[in-house]
Amino acid sequence: MIRNLTNRIIFIVLILALALWVDFTNEVELINPVTDEPLFTRNLEPRLGLDLQGGLQVLLEADVPEDQAIDAQSMEIARDIVQQRTDALGVNENVIQIAGDRRIVGEFPGLENTDSVLATIQQTGLLEFVDTGTVSPEPGTILVTDYSPTGASVEAPDANTPVYHTIMTGAELESISVSQDTLGTTYLINFALKSDGTKIFADHTSANVGKFLTIVLDKQVISSPVINDAITGGGGTISGNFTYESANAFAVQLRYGSLPIPLKVVETRIIGPTLGADSLNKSLIAGLIGMAIVASFMIIYYRMPGVVAVISILIYAAFAFAIFKWFHFTLTLPGIAGFLLSTGSALDANILIFERLKEELRNGRTLIQAMDLGWTRAWSSIRDSNLSAIITAVILFWFGSTFGATIVKGFSLTLALGVLISLFTAIYVTRTLLALFLKAFKPQNLDAWFGL
Amino acid sequence: MNILSKRYYFFALSLLLIVPGLILLGVKGLPLSIDFTGGSLLEVQFEEGKTPDTAAILTVYEDAEISDAQIISTETGSLIIRSSFLTNEARDTVLSALRELSGSEVSVIKFDSVGPSIGRQVTQRAALAIAVATLLVVVFIIWSFRKVQNAFRYGVCAILAMIHDIAIIFSITGLGAFFFGWEIDSLFLTALLTVIGFSMQDTIVVFDRIRENSNIHRRLEYETLVNHSIVQTLQRSINTQLMTVEFLLLALAMFGGITLREFAIVLMVGLLSGTYSSIFVAAPILVLWEKQEWKGWFGRSANA
Repeated sequence: MIRNLTNRIIFIVLILALALWVDFTNEVELINPVTDEPLFTRNLEPRLGLDLQGGLQVLLEADVPEDQAIDAQSMEIARDIVQQRTDALGVNENVIQIAGDRRIVGEFPGLENTDSVLATIQQTGLLEFVDTGTVSPEPGTILVTDYSPTGASVEAPDANTPVYHTIMTGAELESISVSQDTLGTTYLINFALKSDGTKIFADHTSANVGKFLTIVLDKQVISSPVINDAITGGGGTISGNFTYESANAFAVQLRYGSLPIPLKVVETRIIGPTLGADSLNKSLIAGLIGMAIVASFMIIYYRMPGVVAVISILIYAAFAFAIFKWFHFTLTLPGIAGFLLSTGSALDANILIFERLKEELRNGRTLIQAMDLGWTRAWSSIRDSNLSAIITAVILFWFGSTFGATIVKGFSLTLALGVLISLFTAIYVTRTLLALFLKAFKPQNLDAWFGL
Repeated sequence: MNILSKRYYFFALSLLLIVPGLILLGVKGLPLSIDFTGGSLLEVQFEEGKTPDTAAILTVYEDAEISDAQIISTETGSLIIRSSFLTNEARDTVLSALRELSGSEVSVIKFDSVGPSIGRQVTQRAALAIAVATLLVVVFIIWSFRKVQNAFRYGVCAILAMIHDIAIIFSITGLGAFFFGWEIDSLFLTALLTVIGFSMQDTIVVFDRIRENSNIHRRLEYETLVNHSIVQTLQRSINTQLMTVEFLLLALAMFGGITLREFAIVLMVGLLSGTYSSIFVAAPILVLWEKQEWKGWFGRSANA
């Protein structure tokens, strides 16, 4: 039978308490007792998927030929930029993720007005070359310039803020490249200008040697080099203590406005808030009804082991929900379905064991022998069958990630994790509890207790 | 209980369930949703009594240079308008035109718009996902049965049972498409892959028992051995499938929202078929293979 039953029970009670605590709190905070400073905080508010609370999902794809490879770094930069831009819209919990190697998926829960989001995402950054005279603003400073895309005149927000003159915009750039300086210690950015730009640039630099020419992206200073010589050749270099990475990142920004890769919207999904709320309530009720039927069946059919299995499934649900909450899983409808199915899997493991147990009892084994045999003999089929379910869940997850299909991802993730947790509860929890019950009740009439 | 002796009846039953739906699909074509074909689906709700008639809406779409719009009304009074891919600008044009036309607030219940190229890629990737999943599971079965004679057969039979389940799913979808306008979308794909996983799970449980019994009863005739194994696992199959998983899914189909209904029904049928096929398809084919019964199928006697 089971040795150190007490230890096992203490262990189960401990992790169950931990799981229940996570299940029923919305924020975890650990405070250092000496300094009273928070050591660790984690927000555990459950996050509802778009299908449950309504909202907007857009799938953006790199607008370049399909056979052209896109390096992962540019995608990462593009994602960051989209994230920053949409953060500014004041949407709560917008999630921007890279999906596959050429797509970005953006989710905006609770948002229905797609216009502002899409316009914000797709705008190309505005690059300006600004005459700042003798001033060299720090990178990151926000400047007011006299250029506006619509041609409207720009006024200073107050009397103390200077309005700088924009000499030309990024539209005049022909090409950008990165090179090393002659010493090989730092990196330079080389740019070539179109013919109009060449003239503007030549005129300006010859008249302003020794002054600062500030490069501004979306009104934000990127760098502010001094004009050393008149530049008449239609090109120039920007030096600044660039490393290989920062030079490339900057070159990318110059080349494409701010998005390193042009993005186009290939998929839009909007779910109205009423549809979402309706689905959530109904599927929760459905889940509860289903569980109630299953629990009564288990108890009527398997008697005492059935009761144990139901307790074990409840513990399983507490574990699973705690893990989902802790890792900020987004709760979606297919996610709930995946969870219900993995519950089925957990039940299956219990049923496999109990059927085996009954069989061994009917073959005349003692209760203790039957318990041991039930578990060891059922194990190989539980292991193999659950592994095959996990294999398909993993592939589903991979499929879902490439296309930003968050609902498919939600389903496969809850299914796979659920199956793993169910293995633990069936093998460890059910067995321990059953041993405990046997010890407590010392059943004599096996027919009645086990429903033989 | 001798299940295997009636194996040809079970094969016939399976065919009876599979063939009509598949014929329907063959005639009507696969009811692929915009997830795979690309296109747009706009579900809108007008204020009561202000829903414009279909022809007027079609004109609105034609003004936006979309000529293939199709409109159906739902039980709740909302309209579902399907068309080719709508850009966000086109959608806004259509919506404001609809507002003007009806003089009513138009609320968007749902809007899906999938570009044509993405649809094509999803289809390819979905096929790949199914193929890879199948392959991995077969390799896994062959590996885990490596100590049994003819491990390869177990893998192949598990696949045949799985193909059976996929065929059943497509058949029920064909019927559903015909009678209730079901579509094959990415949720359907999720259901399909789940059924593949669980179909394997069921088959493995039966095969595992055969594996165990063939170690214990070495002298028993193969057919008897397999039949014995099926009977031993029957109780578990019925209990797990019918009583638990099916109850959960039935509750989901009956009380869950409309979004999940088709998904729940497909899963329900698929998982039922998964259990059925492991007992009445996979195991009988193992026996059939062992006895090389196809030699007697076409009039020649088995001892020829």
